[in-house]
Amino acid sequence: MAQEQVEEYLEAIYDIAGTDGAAKTTAIAKCLKVAPASVTEALQSLAEKNLVNYEPYRGASLTGEGKKIAETIKRRHRLLEVFLADVLHINRAKVHDEACRMEHTISEDTENALCRMLNAPARCPHGSPILPCAKGVGSCSECDAVTGSGLPFPEEIRSAAIIPVTDLEPHQKGTIAFIRGDCRVVQRLSDLGLTLGTAVSVTRKAPLNGPVEVSVRRTKLAIDHAIAENIFVDATQGDRA
Amino acid sequence: MSGSCGCKGCPPGDDKKIKDAEYTIALAGNANVGKSVTFNQLTGVDQIIGNWPGKTVERAEGLLQYKGHRIRVIDLPGIYSFSTYSLEELVSRDYIALEHPDAVVNVIDASALERNLFFTIQLLELAPPLLISVNQIDLAEKKGISVDTEKLSRLLGVPVIPTIAIKGKGIDTLTAGILDLAERRPVPPVLKYGKEVEERIGKLVPRIEPLALPYPVRFTAIKLLERDPSLVKLVQAQDPGIVSAADALAAEIEAIHGESVCVVMSAERYNVADRIVAEVITVKAPEDGIPKKSLTDRLDQVALHPFFGYLAVFLVIGGLLVWTFVVGARISDLLQSLLSQIQPYEPVITGSLARILWNGAFSGLVAGITLVIPYVLPFYLLLAVMEDSGYLTRIAVMLDRGMHKLGLHGKAVIPLILGYGCNVPACFSCRIMESPKQKLLAAFLVTLIPCTARTVVILGLVGHFVGIWWALGLYAFDILLIILVGRIAYRVVPGESVGLIMEMPDYHVPSASVVLKQTWARTKSLIWFVFPAYIVGSALIQVFYAVGLLTPVNNLLAPITVLWLGLPVVVGITLIFGIVRKELTILTLAVLFGTTNFALFLTPVQLIVIALVSMLYIPCLSVIIVLASEFGWKRSLEISLVEVVMAIGIGGIAFRLLSLVMG
Repeated sequence: MAQEQVEEYLEAIYDIAGTDGAAKTTAIAKCLKVAPASVTEALQSLAEKNLVNYEPYRGASLTGEGKKIAETIKRRHRLLEVFLADVLHINRAKVHDEACRMEHTISEDTENALCRMLNAPARCPHGSPILPCAKGVGSCSECDAVTGSGLPFPEEIRSAAIIPVTDLEPHQKGTIAFIRGDCRVVQRLSDLGLTLGTAVSVTRKAPLNGPVEVSVRRTKLAIDHAIAENIFVDATQGDRA
Repeated sequence: MSGSCGCKGCPPGDDKKIKDAEYTIALAGNANVGKSVTFNQLTGVDQIIGNWPGKTVERAEGLLQYKGHRIRVIDLPGIYSFSTYSLEELVSRDYIALEHPDAVVNVIDASALERNLFFTIQLLELAPPLLISVNQIDLAEKKGISVDTEKLSRLLGVPVIPTIAIKGKGIDTLTAGILDLAERRPVPPVLKYGKEVEERIGKLVPRIEPLALPYPVRFTAIKLLERDPSLVKLVQAQDPGIVSAADALAAEIEAIHGESVCVVMSAERYNVADRIVAEVITVKAPEDGIPKKSLTDRLDQVALHPFFGYLAVFLVIGGLLVWTFVVGARISDLLQSLLSQIQPYEPVITGSLARILWNGAFSGLVAGITLVIPYVLPFYLLLAVMEDSGYLTRIAVMLDRGMHKLGLHGKAVIPLILGYGCNVPACFSCRIMESPKQKLLAAFLVTLIPCTARTVVILGLVGHFVGIWWALGLYAFDILLIILVGRIAYRVVPGESVGLIMEMPDYHVPSASVVLKQTWARTKSLIWFVFPAYIVGSALIQVFYAVGLLTPVNNLLAPITVLWLGLPVVVGITLIFGIVRKELTILTLAVLFGTTNFALFLTPVQLIVIALVSMLYIPCLSVIIVLASEFGWKRSLEISLVEVVMAIGIGGIAFRLLSLVMG
């Protein structure tokens, strides 16, 4: 198994097991878009390397070692996303895939440098938390002292708080930053007025992750929760209406 | 049929028109803007509601008579855009582009100008003689929005008429405007998009001009940039070079914006719309600076409340059903006794064939009338009131989560609730679902909903002789079964499910004309599908009876009816008859036993089993035909087969379990 593949598997198990405890073979297969048979094979090989605990029919969970690798990759992935989006201004809908490819190749030094340059961001552009590094430092200046770099941090690179529209408080405003998802869904949303830069607010969220009611251009739309989670808004100007 | 003045570019004022010319015009616009009300105001009662040829999309047309002119009015489906390639969008687009109506009236909502003008802008790409009716200006005023219609007309270069269709205001001016437009057929001016897009349209236009295409040149250029599949195919056949050039230009646009070209085009159109709106509307801030809570907001606080919202859904749907059946049963009895005075209602099985056939056909007609008028009609009337008031969309939002488990979304509640009236219009209404998979899933589940005919059986056998709680128990069981079967079907049926994206219109007082029209559209499908099936089927059954096929059929079915379901052997034939119409099971039983006191011949367990099986096995002949017309015979027969097997299976298990419980 190639290192990149190992990391992809660990990442997938990390994501799935995060909610379920153990990651089922079928769920991993679906996540990585591979056949369940190859997943079983890969899990056995990962178990031999002592990266996962694998029980047939129950699924796989990460060992301490496996979890450490997965968390490192996740952190690199999200840092890269912030870098690509905020510094290089690459379209936010594309940064995920791009970061997916880069995360396996960068070194720890690059990771640290990115973190310092970006001022230790708390969240990736899609709103997921970025885990703090394992160095046990309290701030970036302590980090400098440890790693011996004295470069100044660019101020104000991260201008925006980009969050899914579902994270807006009722009546908080935001402007559409980007929309991810199936192109037909994106098309329908933009036809209904959710174009980039448009001001929106959440009127109401239905209980139990039900549809979200969004106000846009003087109309109200009920949008499926899963679709709404992929509508990202810039909430920095978010004054309460 | 249309266009007395064939020259599209006639200068205004050219008065070469034929006196009694017949014009055809089309109404286009978003949903929930009062388009249907406008249509009703223009055409009155002269309406034909049918399907677009070969499409499962409803088509309404009517006749407008004005100053001796006879104008045909086509009501196009309510849509938001021409870009998602839904059937409704294609039908509308091709009607305007290919049939060249003499005028297109775009009805827009004064309160939501941006989104409405977004569609107007797309209409302008098709360059028909266009007129805009800014509707519901009174509701907009209430929200503090006033629209300068004269300025809007100047900016768009087409006539704009303010209306309040529901009160009939502005309809005269609109009619005059329509006639004027149809006579002149002016070509509307072009609205320009951003430079990046216009440059590329400009490069394509001269190459498209020499081609022989049914669509306007600029429209073709835009659609090629958007990689519209049907236009690409059309142009590909004549000049593949243009298609690849357009594709390269589209890729340039995508590189600039980092978005798909269709999304860029939507944004361009919204830019134009936003610019126009900024110039034509004035929004009055509320006096005290704090936006007042609108009636809709206040109602939604209850209707969408995590607890009271669900309570409201339960009470409203439950109340709707109870009311229908309590009132319906009385009217039904009344009608039946009235009709039985014309013709004895008991089946005739001796005498001439003609008499037997006539008797059968007549009883089918009586059955149809006594079901439709007392039950289905009031039910659909009330439902249409709920729908037009805006409450049904709230039910859809509240139940969206639950519907997800069945691979559907909130909008599916509409066909499911309709199913309690009659499955036939309910299956038709599954068209509102977006993906083919969801249409099929919704229709399948609809056929498991006990319609009025099945309710007659359940109440007549179980409610009357065993107890009302057992009858309600059957309903509850049915809902559980739908959830279970729905979850399985969701996994088995191939295809994709799309999530809910739905406009939430403001609540308003329902319009009588829209409610009546909607009720009629739904009831009409009963008359076309259910009545013929009832009449022909009932006549055939009578013959069946007369020639003595009863005993052989019963004996053939005995292994199922007697051994597995634990029923008397005579019940076999009633289940066969029930395929034609469900309530026939109970009528046939009455004839076979010679009494309506079923408790004399059947045990409570048997009564429940008959009702249960009747509720679940095959919808009925009319529904099988409708399913075939919407989804093809293969799907229709598959659904029927699954349901027969399931009904018999569950019936047998119920027989054994209930025998233990009830002795």
